[in-house]
Amino acid sequence: MVYWEIFLAFFIPGIIGYGGGPATIPLIEYEVVHRYNWMGVEEFGEVLALGNALPGPIATKMAGYIGYMEGGIVGASIGVFATVAPSLILMIVLLGLLYKFKDSPKVKRLSMIVRPTIAVLLGVMTYRFFATSYIDNGWMQTGILLVASFLLLEKWKVHPAYVIIGSLLYGALFLAPS
Amino acid sequence: MTQRDLFLAFFRVGMLGYGGGPASIPLIHKEVVEKYAWMNSEEFSDTLAIGNTLPGPIATKMAGYIGYRVAGISGMINAIIATIVPTIVLMILLLVSLASFREYPWVQGMTNGVLPVVGVMLAVLTWQFFSKSKEGLGLGYSLLLVGLTILFISGLGLHPAFVIAGLLLFVFLKKEKPSQEHEKGGVM
Repeated sequence: MVYWEIFLAFFIPGIIGYGGGPATIPLIEYEVVHRYNWMGVEEFGEVLALGNALPGPIATKMAGYIGYMEGGIVGASIGVFATVAPSLILMIVLLGLLYKFKDSPKVKRLSMIVRPTIAVLLGVMTYRFFATSYIDNGWMQTGILLVASFLLLEKWKVHPAYVIIGSLLYGALFLAPS
Repeated sequence: MTQRDLFLAFFRVGMLGYGGGPASIPLIHKEVVEKYAWMNSEEFSDTLAIGNTLPGPIATKMAGYIGYRVAGISGMINAIIATIVPTIVLMILLLVSLASFREYPWVQGMTNGVLPVVGVMLAVLTWQFFSKSKEGLGLGYSLLLVGLTILFISGLGLHPAFVIAGLLLFVFLKKEKPSQEHEKGGVM
């Protein structure tokens, strides 16, 4: 029955966790630590900390790792499936509907009218990253990295991969908390 | 070799997206719109809008949907695997091999270093979306919608999903013959 439990433990947070990864973490913690007792709070914290240090979405990393610990490769697949599939299926259906009526003036207006809202959402995310950086690194280091990465990415058109790897190295060398 | 391109594109997104879902949005935009031209930026914007109204992680929703659009079900599975499996494997290996990985300060330093870079990428994308919006709706109307969105999301603490859903309803329920505008928040 462990497979069914893994499915439920990640399906429920995936469905009610609004706001992407971070919003689902407390819900996953509740299922994994309190309902199924797969690990203690400390261990969950460890896993979460490492997960946050690695790239990619956090919810699927947690689902993959915890699923693997409880039920091997199959468990990992089920955890990931439960996290990703429900909302993805909805999305494909909704966008399919939207594009069915692609040429209607309403749908055209729709695309236009949500654009400023998307810009705001991206703006809010932008602000969050800078604010976190200011808290962790101070304004000086944040400024240096901001200007350097802007010049590299936008002026000299360096591929983001190199800029990101460069900033990881820079951070490891100069921004480690003492 | 679409499947190979899909895999590589989302493998890069998955491996470079430090800071979770939001960090991968500009990377996905770069791969999907600028590099491979699988969608134009309007479709990308629609995808992001719908993706944001649904629960669950945004990066895998984008990957899955775009993979599906480009190469059907197998493309969808391919893109999702490329986005998440490499980092899950990494996580399992690290947790199994070194129990106290996060004791090392340089790990935290890495995460700190990448924050402003992601900020810059998101800022550029924000600007692109706003410029596009200006082209389509004009400056005044764009600013009005931006202002209203900020009011609803930050001022009233409404979830963005409701704002987007509200706008969608507004457009669908409005009579044809646009050009008399009234604000409308979404409450469902």
